[in-house]
Amino acid sequence: MLYIIFALIGDVFVENSDAIYGINGPIVTVRNSKEFSMMELVLVGNSQLIGEVIAITEEFTTIQVYEDTTGLRPKEPVIGTQRPMSVKLGPGIINNIFDGIQRPLLDIEKQSGGAFIDSDIKVSSLNEERVFEVTTVVSVGNKLLPGQVYATCPETEVISHRCMVPPGISGEVISVVEDGPYRINDTIVVLKDDNHSTYELTLCQEWPIRTPRPVAKRLPCSIPLVTGQRIFDTLFPIAKGGAAAVPGGFGAGKTMTQHQLAKWCDADIIVYVGCGERGNEMSQVLSEFSELIDPKSNRPMTDRTVLIANTSNMPVAAREASIYTGITLAEYYRDMGYHVAMMADSTSRWAEALREISGRLEEMPAEEGFPAYLPSRLSEFYERASRAKSLSGAEGSITIIGAVSPQGADFSEPVTQNTKRFTRCFWALDKTLAYVRHYPAVNWMTSYSEYFSDLDPWFTKNCGYEFIDYRKKISAILHEEDKLMEIVKLVGSDVLPDDQKLVIEIAKVIRVGFLQQNAFHAEDTYVPLDKQKQMMRIILYLNQKAKHLVSSSVPISKLVKLGVFEKLTKMKYDIPNNKPEIFDDYIKEIDEKFETIFKEI
Amino acid sequence: MIINYIGAKEINGSLIVLDGVKDASFDEIVEIEIENNGRRQGRIIQIDGQRVIIQVFEGTESISLKNVNTHLTGHPMELPLSPDILGRTFDGAGRPIDSLGEIFPVMKLNINGRAMNPVSRIYPRSYINTGISAIDVLATLIRGQKLPIFSGSGMRHNDLAVQIVKQAKISDGNENNFAIVFAAMGVKNDVADYFRQSFQNSGVLPKVVTFLNLSNDPIVERILTPRCALTAAEYLAFELDKHVLVIMTDMTSYAEALRELSSSKGEIPGRKGYPGYLYSDLASLYERAGMIKGRNGSVTQVPILTMPNDDITHPIPDLTGYITEGQIVLDQSLSGKGIYPNISILSSLSRLMKDGIGEGFTRHDHPALANQIFASYAKVIDVISLSSVIGEDELSSIDKRYLKFGRLLESKFINQAFSENRTIEQSLDLAWLLVSSLPRSELNRLGDDLLDTYYRDEDKMEKGKVVLSAALDELSKD
Repeated sequence: MLYIIFALIGDVFVENSDAIYGINGPIVTVRNSKEFSMMELVLVGNSQLIGEVIAITEEFTTIQVYEDTTGLRPKEPVIGTQRPMSVKLGPGIINNIFDGIQRPLLDIEKQSGGAFIDSDIKVSSLNEERVFEVTTVVSVGNKLLPGQVYATCPETEVISHRCMVPPGISGEVISVVEDGPYRINDTIVVLKDDNHSTYELTLCQEWPIRTPRPVAKRLPCSIPLVTGQRIFDTLFPIAKGGAAAVPGGFGAGKTMTQHQLAKWCDADIIVYVGCGERGNEMSQVLSEFSELIDPKSNRPMTDRTVLIANTSNMPVAAREASIYTGITLAEYYRDMGYHVAMMADSTSRWAEALREISGRLEEMPAEEGFPAYLPSRLSEFYERASRAKSLSGAEGSITIIGAVSPQGADFSEPVTQNTKRFTRCFWALDKTLAYVRHYPAVNWMTSYSEYFSDLDPWFTKNCGYEFIDYRKKISAILHEEDKLMEIVKLVGSDVLPDDQKLVIEIAKVIRVGFLQQNAFHAEDTYVPLDKQKQMMRIILYLNQKAKHLVSSSVPISKLVKLGVFEKLTKMKYDIPNNKPEIFDDYIKEIDEKFETIFKEI
Repeated sequence: MIINYIGAKEINGSLIVLDGVKDASFDEIVEIEIENNGRRQGRIIQIDGQRVIIQVFEGTESISLKNVNTHLTGHPMELPLSPDILGRTFDGAGRPIDSLGEIFPVMKLNINGRAMNPVSRIYPRSYINTGISAIDVLATLIRGQKLPIFSGSGMRHNDLAVQIVKQAKISDGNENNFAIVFAAMGVKNDVADYFRQSFQNSGVLPKVVTFLNLSNDPIVERILTPRCALTAAEYLAFELDKHVLVIMTDMTSYAEALRELSSSKGEIPGRKGYPGYLYSDLASLYERAGMIKGRNGSVTQVPILTMPNDDITHPIPDLTGYITEGQIVLDQSLSGKGIYPNISILSSLSRLMKDGIGEGFTRHDHPALANQIFASYAKVIDVISLSSVIGEDELSSIDKRYLKFGRLLESKFINQAFSENRTIEQSLDLAWLLVSSLPRSELNRLGDDLLDTYYRDEDKMEKGKVVLSAALDELSKD
């Protein structure tokens, strides 16, 4: 064997200008290069790992690599692509599961030939062989503007895909294909613009993930996203096009809440981003959503869902990108005129990815090691939630529901605090509620919604003015109970006067019978607004009647013994969603039972 | 052709810097020969042109700028594997230390593993019966789960881990098909010995693969220990179709080793001085639990960590809790009452439990019953805090019953002997008996059908009263 011995004589070596110079985890540097532009997508090394240029100085160009850099060597080539990090938009997105940079995981599985992801996989984002039944809606001579729909095709049973002229392109149609089966890269329409350049439009287009897609006009957030979850719909409603934060320590039920909302909210399309979370959770979503039938369409939930899974052990840079990938897909469907709900679980992992990369770049840290640009990145992201009239004239929306995982369940940490500034709904999950298995463990004292004034007209119109009135009364009772509980903690509930005991009893009915909602119960997992209103009505009715009797000095213990309080806590199970008339029987029962007591005195 | 590099440019902590190195690849393993002082291994952790930073596993003691001779191996760290690893003991970097000779490898695997594709995972649903009531009923362990034990100094977490290993039974599995991988990181020699002794006593030793990095072993190797252990576990599970239980203790020492290295590299610290990538790093370990399609084996992890100052919000338990599928929290105050295992049931949680219990898995009443116990025990905690203010005598009669229920639950249900192995039926029946000490109207998490079948109604049936009181008396006597 031949040994060549080198003595260390200092560096006298000239670097190639577009070759790797340094490697530090996911960060790769290129020295003395003027080849690359900021945010350009580059292919790194012999196995062409996907990377993005994130900083350029005179000496170094810094690249973050979205795949594992193990085995990478200096002097391997770095190839620029002259375009920013983009996603492919076209039919085939729905009912798919992607990683953080829009690579379909099923295709990766096929190529890796096993359950583990190899690092140098090359797969196309969308299936290029799949055939869609295309119907064109333009003819030769039509003038098309950016965003205008030129063809449609059924993407799944419930979603019709509308192909739109990409923003920035317009012109006259000079050829159109016949209706029929086409693949995503087949040319459908050819446009010629005023400068006589032609554009071939296929079924798909690309869009850079860090640039919001343009809209014609932003619309006010005046329609609620109905979730079927009582505490959200009545106490803390969110508007379509709004943004909500769901912060909570581990075990408080963030993921469970996100799943419930994804399953039942009245959006047309769900984009579920698992950002730095557990692999088993994603496989749970996969299996649950494919078994679950959407009551509106009678089709599996997966027919309206896109999953983006970047689990915590997948490369950290791709985790940072996954949020943008998700929101860009959501914007694309919003532009078609769909209502999209995007679940991001969890934005804290995304912020941590920012911190990790920032640390590797040796940037000056701000709070808790997070980079100083954390707030601006967060606000840019949440600002992409919108209800808008798109360029095609259709009205769509994106509602973002972002989970936040504060360290040590301490809401004062930077990610929670900054998220609070840019979202108008704050659904604080509480560990102590989760400990007693009160789900959803939303703390009604610290949570809030700023959408009341935007949404009240809608609720008045669709649920009646009483709905708002009931909500206020329910909320008032809960707040009063909270105050009383301070006293009870010190001296016990026995010393309270009866009218205050009644508040505690009614609040208990509200907490157990109304706020607690059982995700595993067939009836209770989704409750229509009408039943929510009836439930509030009957609880308040009981309150009013009982108050009357208590003021006539009937002891509260006697009322509780009647069993109506207990009965109301179980009404969520006992009254089917489609039989609101039973509520009237409850009213009658309350009347009768209280009547007998009244007669006794 | 093998290139050797003589000398080093800088030495700092466990890191050495070489210059003029050609053809180094990231994360590659290097061998370092020290004049008259044997060989060591290291790993390339950063490359800047020809300047290469190497982490030396055994530490840099007695290395000078002149006396080293380094050569590159051309591949990342790999662990030699064969079915013969069962029953063997390795050091933290995967070298045999039981003087039974080298492993003749059937295959070599990169210890960093590769990310499991989420679409290839099977969602874990079959439960593991540990024979410990508090775990089986209230925080059920599921095959393919990662369920850490959050402990503190002075608590019997090692006993609990040993008891789980001894008693763990897979509901539908073949008894001969399981293996245990034990990774000790920064624990004392006698703790490692205790585990070895216990494995021997219960006759499982031939099925155990042990990786030892004791508290005085090099900390750089401590970074490798869990990776080696999990690589061995993945090999056993996915190549040999075994159900593997991985016990890793103590994750706190591991995270501290990571912090030590991070600061010697001059990285910007995050919370409490831990590196910003602690979450990703821990995730790269914990996420290696699971089951995959097309293979019969599984990797279940029970990592043990000691919470510094019993603080669950400390970054190590906190980040662990965000990654793992629940946690078993041990509570100092319970162990003060002499209760073993001192599991704090309210803060313990198994996330995969909901889909692995109930009809067809354990018993149909299990989910509702577990919920009821959580709700009632939470009320007990309220009553205790109230009674500490106003005194027990002033409590209402219903509160007093809660107090009694709480005491019984702690002393009869949570508490069990180290050698006691309860079946799931025994545990559930015991739980019903205890729940029956509360009035039926308080049990709002249980449906009427369940209550009719299982609730022992003291108020309604005279006969039942005798049975119940007798049973409760019987319990109090033990």
